[in-house]
Amino acid sequence: MLTAQTKVYPLPDELQAKIDLVLESHDNDPTQIVGILLEVQELNERHYVPEPVAYYLADRLSMPVTNVFDCLNFYSELSSKPRAKYPIQVCSSPACRVNVIDTKRLLETLENLLDIKIGETTYDGRFTLETTTCYGACDRAPSVRINGHIYDHLDSQEKIVALLRSLT
Amino acid sequence: MSKCIKFLTRNFGQYDTSSIGSYMNVGGFQALRKAVSMDPEKICDLIASVKVRGRGGAEYPLGRKWSQARSVVGERKVVVCNADEGETTTFKDRELIKNDPFNLIEALIIAGYVVGATDGYIYMRAEYACYRPLLLNAIRQARNYGFLGENILGKGFNFDLHLYSGGGAYVCGEGTALIRSIEGKAGRPRMKPPFIKVSGLFARPTCLNNVESLSIVPHLLMDDEQIYANSGVGESIGTKMISVAGNVNNPGVFEIPFGTTVRDIIYNLAGGIQHDREIQLIQFGGASGKIADASILDTPYTYDDLRAAGVMVGSGALLVIDQRTSVIDFLRMNQEFFSDESCGQCTPCREGNLHIKIILDKIAEHKATAEDIRIMATIAKVMSMSSLCGLGETAQNTLQSAMLTFPEVFEVGGAE
Ligand SMILES: Cc1cc2nc3c(=O)[nH]c(=O)nc-3n(C[C@H](O)[C@H](O)[C@H](O)COP(=O)(O)O)c2cc1C
Ligand code: SF4
Ligand code: FES
Repeated sequence: MLTAQTKVYPLPDELQAKIDLVLESHDNDPTQIVGILLEVQELNERHYVPEPVAYYLADRLSMPVTNVFDCLNFYSELSSKPRAKYPIQVCSSPACRVNVIDTKRLLETLENLLDIKIGETTYDGRFTLETTTCYGACDRAPSVRINGHIYDHLDSQEKIVALLRSLT
Repeated sequence: MSKCIKFLTRNFGQYDTSSIGSYMNVGGFQALRKAVSMDPEKICDLIASVKVRGRGGAEYPLGRKWSQARSVVGERKVVVCNADEGETTTFKDRELIKNDPFNLIEALIIAGYVVGATDGYIYMRAEYACYRPLLLNAIRQARNYGFLGENILGKGFNFDLHLYSGGGAYVCGEGTALIRSIEGKAGRPRMKPPFIKVSGLFARPTCLNNVESLSIVPHLLMDDEQIYANSGVGESIGTKMISVAGNVNNPGVFEIPFGTTVRDIIYNLAGGIQHDREIQLIQFGGASGKIADASILDTPYTYDDLRAAGVMVGSGALLVIDQRTSVIDFLRMNQEFFSDESCGQCTPCREGNLHIKIILDKIAEHKATAEDIRIMATIAKVMSMSSLCGLGETAQNTLQSAMLTFPEVFEVGGAE
């Protein structure tokens, strides 16, 4: 006998409910997949889209899961692997970098305080230091971008220390 | 002394950007009311009469683009706003979105009316996600007031707006890539034809415009005093939003009348060079733009004068670099941008960017030979001629103009 079945997904109910809200705010529209993934990955403290979530989204949006993974791989703002709680993005494009002294101070201070180099993650997984291309805050240099938020005019050691302290 | 002008920026700070009522108190949606009572072709003529060129980089005449979009035969046309603003040193669209979101919405509705579209799309870069609520709210309110939806202003015109997020890929500013991204796919450019004006988003005829290009139109329709027409010089009529950054004291966005000299822009508006250092070079129009040395300072900022001086208006960016950064180091930073952002789909761009980076590194380490320089110049040329999309075609503009402006930097000691 055929009955309407509610499919069970291997996701915590609470997470599934939150994802459903994101889907709804994008009208459950598969063409909005990039915007959906951007918001869904923020539901995770490690800012990524785990595999089961990718399958769930593909199912709900009736799209091939390969399309979800293609997007996750293609767009630099999306990730299919866990990231740090605070990925610290430092701009590597010219308008920021030609502020030679500020850039040097910013990078050295971050590397010293966190005891990692660009591309590395702290042992507790809380911070990574990464470079990224221009994010449209060239007039606010020296700056960093963390979880979409820009912290600007970091032109002294004290400001950089205060920023790191504020990230708990 | 030069001054900024307030044409496109006249609403900045004048209304509450979260309230349509507030926008209407400063004259909001009057331009739309006027537009829907006009023959759309007349609007194209008005735009063409003041020679507005696209502000996204390619400088294509806006009046002509809309007129062509109107005459394309096809069902359910779309207008798309390119708010990807991925070009380096470019952040003027950010100010237009942040300070005057309703004007952009109004502009898109007018664009829809003119070209005969049923839907409008705004594609905004992920980095500007903080402005998403602002735009969503503006769209919602416009819908509630009947400026979007069916039978707008009783004219039988149906039009709706949709907001899409980019995912952090510069290449998605390119038309075909942007369209794929809105379709929910990875934003890899495709071969043309078909051109998007014929078969673009969801295979519908598509008219793609930059944020600033669109934003001009409502102001132009209400410009009874002819402020726009009376600004600028020669063929470069009107005003331009420019973004200035780098080693200047006062980086930022300025609206200038065309014809302001580069010196005025840098020394008056942008506050001059930090610590009064000397200028090494100025890059116009972002990473895909061209560069000049300080001899360009007295050139008026117009399409023709800049072109004669070997650079372009492009996206309206000016990156000012002082002598602490060498030409080669600057080129390496610029090259890193393209090495990161190439989608890797076609050989000239994928391999070309890689090998140019290697040779630039060799020059910096004084290990390059004259043969390397020749190869680099050839690769740059091949890339611009044979890349699949505009990214690969323009990636070496900066390098090529540097080879003309600073030939001594590329004179290497090494033998064949
Ligand atoms: C790689 C690449 C990136 C681009 N990025 C942008 C962008 O961020 N914003 C933009 O308006 N145009 C961008 N363009 C130009 C657009 O493809 C298109 O020409 C423009 O949006 C048309 O609008 P306009 O005529 O109003 O300038 C880019 C082009 C290429 C090839
Ligand atoms: S030119 Fe570059 S960005 Fe464009 S399709 Fe080819 S590889 Fe991709
Ligand atoms: S160059 Fe760094 S944000 Fe633009």
